[in-house]
Amino acid sequence: MSDSKPVVTKAYHQPLGDKLWRHFVIGVPYFWLLLFFLAPFSIVLKISFATPIVAQPPFTQLFDFTGNASQWLLATWDNYQFLTEDNLYWVSYFKSIKIAAVSTFICLLVGYPMAYGIARATPTTRNILLMLVILPFWTSFLLRVYAWMGLLGKHGIVNSLLMNIGLIDSPMQMLYTDMAVYLGIVYTYIPFMILPLYATLEKMDTSLHDAAADLGAKPWQTFIDVTLPLSMPGIIAGSLLVFIPAIGEYVIPALLGGIDSLMIGRTLYDEFFVNRDWPLASAVATILLIIVVIPIMLFQRSQQEQE
Amino acid sequence: MKKEKLIEAQRPTKPYVAETPWLDPEAKPFIQIKGLSKQFDDFSAVDNVDLDIHKGELFTILGGSGCGKSTLLRMLAGFETPSAGQIMIDGVDMAGIPAYDRPVNMMFQSYAVFPHMTVEQNISYGLKKDRLGKTEIATRVNDMLDLVQLSELAKRKPHQLSGGQRQRVALARALIKQPKVLLLDEPLAALDKKLREQTQFELMNLQYELGITFVVVTHDQEEAMTLSTRVAVMDAGKLVQIGTPTQVYESPCNRFVADFFGNINFFNATVLSIHPETKTLTAQLEKTGTQLEAKTEGDFSASDEVTIAVRPEKISVSQERPEGDHLTITKGTVEDLAYYGNRSIYRVRSQSGRIIQVSAQNNQRSEQLVLEWDDEVYLSWDSSCNVVLSE
Repeated sequence: MSDSKPVVTKAYHQPLGDKLWRHFVIGVPYFWLLLFFLAPFSIVLKISFATPIVAQPPFTQLFDFTGNASQWLLATWDNYQFLTEDNLYWVSYFKSIKIAAVSTFICLLVGYPMAYGIARATPTTRNILLMLVILPFWTSFLLRVYAWMGLLGKHGIVNSLLMNIGLIDSPMQMLYTDMAVYLGIVYTYIPFMILPLYATLEKMDTSLHDAAADLGAKPWQTFIDVTLPLSMPGIIAGSLLVFIPAIGEYVIPALLGGIDSLMIGRTLYDEFFVNRDWPLASAVATILLIIVVIPIMLFQRSQQEQE
Repeated sequence: MKKEKLIEAQRPTKPYVAETPWLDPEAKPFIQIKGLSKQFDDFSAVDNVDLDIHKGELFTILGGSGCGKSTLLRMLAGFETPSAGQIMIDGVDMAGIPAYDRPVNMMFQSYAVFPHMTVEQNISYGLKKDRLGKTEIATRVNDMLDLVQLSELAKRKPHQLSGGQRQRVALARALIKQPKVLLLDEPLAALDKKLREQTQFELMNLQYELGITFVVVTHDQEEAMTLSTRVAVMDAGKLVQIGTPTQVYESPCNRFVADFFGNINFFNATVLSIHPETKTLTAQLEKTGTQLEAKTEGDFSASDEVTIAVRPEKISVSQERPEGDHLTITKGTVEDLAYYGNRSIYRVRSQSGRIIQVSAQNNQRSEQLVLEWDDEVYLSWDSSCNVVLSE
C-alpha cells in the first residue's frame, strides 16, 4: 500500500505520457491479433468465395475490374452450397463434434479427480504431481502418437501382453479404430483439462467444505452443492481448451484412426492438398471456425448475464 | 413482534436462568472434555485438556495465535479427530460422529458464506440437508432473516454484502439449525471497531434470549472479557486458567495470564513472613526494599522469591505522599505520559530504575496537565491490589 502513492502522483504529473503508454500496452496484443489472426482469416474467407482454377494460385480473384461495374465482384456461394449438398462434409463435421465432445467429457471425468487430488496434496507432492502432468510435453507430440501406434498395434505391447497372460487368443483390433482416436485425444489433451481445474480447486476456500459439512451435508453432498458449482470456471475453461483443438484435430485421427474415422481436419487436409480445391477447403475451414466460436460466444454471454 | 415469537419458539421449555452452574458441584456439564489431545506430526496442538462447559454458557477460549484454541474448536465441530481423549456433548460421546451429524454448528472466522448462493439459500442450506418440508423451511428462514435483520437482502449474493452483513448471514445460517452448541471462531475479528462493539452486544443478547450454549474462540482479551460468562486461557496447547472474566483479570494464576489480560506491572520480591490466619504475607521488593502486604491463597514460605503484579489502573499518582492504612507506596519520576481524554497513561521510573505503568482517570476538569514530564511523584495502591505469583 505504501508505495502506491508515488505512482499516483507520477501519473498525475505525466498525463500524456501515461495515456500514450497505456494505448501502446493495449495496442500491442491487438496488433498481434490483427496481424496473425484477422489478416490470415480474411484471406481464407476471401478464398472461400472464389472459384477453383488450375493455375497459380489455384483460385480466381474476387474482383475483376475489366468488365462493367455490375460484374466487378466475382464472389460466389457455390462452395458453401456444395458443403450442404455432399454428405461427406456433414458426416465429418458431425463426427468431429462427437469425437471432440466425448473426448472432452472423458477428459473431465478423468481429469477432475486428478486435479482435485493434486490441489489437496501437500505442497511438495503437489509440485511433483504437476510436473508429471506437464512432463509429456517435453517429448514431441508426433513421437508420442507414434508410441501409441506401437502400443496398440496388432503385434504391439498391449496385444502381446494380453495374449501372454492368456486373456485373448488372437490379437485384438485396437489401432485404426475410434477407440484409438479417443485414447489419443484424451491422452494428448488431458493436461489442458487438469491445469485450469487445478487452478480453481487449489484456490477454493476449504472452510466452505467445512461449513457445508457443519450444516449437515455428507461428503458427496458437499461436492455436489459446493465444490462442483464453484469449480465451474475451471470446468468450462478446461473443456474449451480440450474441445476446440480436438474438433480440428488432424494428426491423431490420421495416425490412429481407421478409414471411417473421418474428422473434419482430415477432410480439410484432403481438400487442400489432395484435391487442391482451395476455395472449398477455405469454406470448410470457415464453417469449422463458426462451429467453434458459437459455443464460446454463448458461454461468454451466459457469464455476463450472471455478473 | 416476529423476533419475540421466534425467540419464544426457540426458548427451551424451562426458561434458562443465567446463573453460575459451574459453582454447583451437582450440576452436570453440557460439554465435557476429558484428556483431549491433538498431535500434528511431532507438534502437540492441544495437550491433555480437561474442560466442562455448562448449558447456556457463553464460554470463551482465549489465547494467542498457535495456542491450539482453533484446533480445540475444530475437534468440537468434528473437523479434526482427537489423538486422545473424549468429547461428550449433552451426554453423548462424539467419537466417531462425523461433523455433519453433530448437534453443533459453527460460525467460521472467514464466515465461509457460500459465494454462489443467495443470502436465503445460504441460510436455508442446513435445513434442506435435514430434509425438512418446504413450508417449514420457508417460515423458519423468514423468521431468521427477521431476527438478523436481513429480510431486504434475502435475494442478494454474498459479494453484494458488507462485512457485517456477511457475518450476520454466517450467524443466521448456523443458528437456524437450533444447535445444542454454537461454535464461534473469532466472531468479531473481521469487523471494524464500531461494528464490533455493536455486534458484541447483539451476540450477547441473542445468546441470552435463545439459551444456546456458545463456545467462542478469540485472541482478543477485551472481546473475551465483555462477552463471556467464563474464560479459559490457553497457552501452548494447555489450559492455563479457567474462570469468570473478573477472576481471570483480578486473580491471574501466573505471569502469562496476567500479561495476556491487559497491562500489568511486575515486581520481583522476597517473602519476609506469612500470616496463615489472615492468608496474607509480607514481602520486600527487590532493590527499593519497599515492604508490602498481599493476600494470597497460594502456598508460600519465608524467603521465597515471588512476583508481585499490580494493574496500572489500581495505582494512584500524587505529588504529596498519601496517607492511609494498607498502602504500598513508592516514589518515582514521570518519564512519559499520554493523554487519552478520559484517562492518562503515565510511565513512571521508580527509584530502582524500573518503569511502572499507571493508568489514571482524569476525574477533574482541567485544561492543563495535572502532571508534567520529570515531575517527582508518589505511587500508591491498596495492598489488596497486590497479586502474588509464584514465578
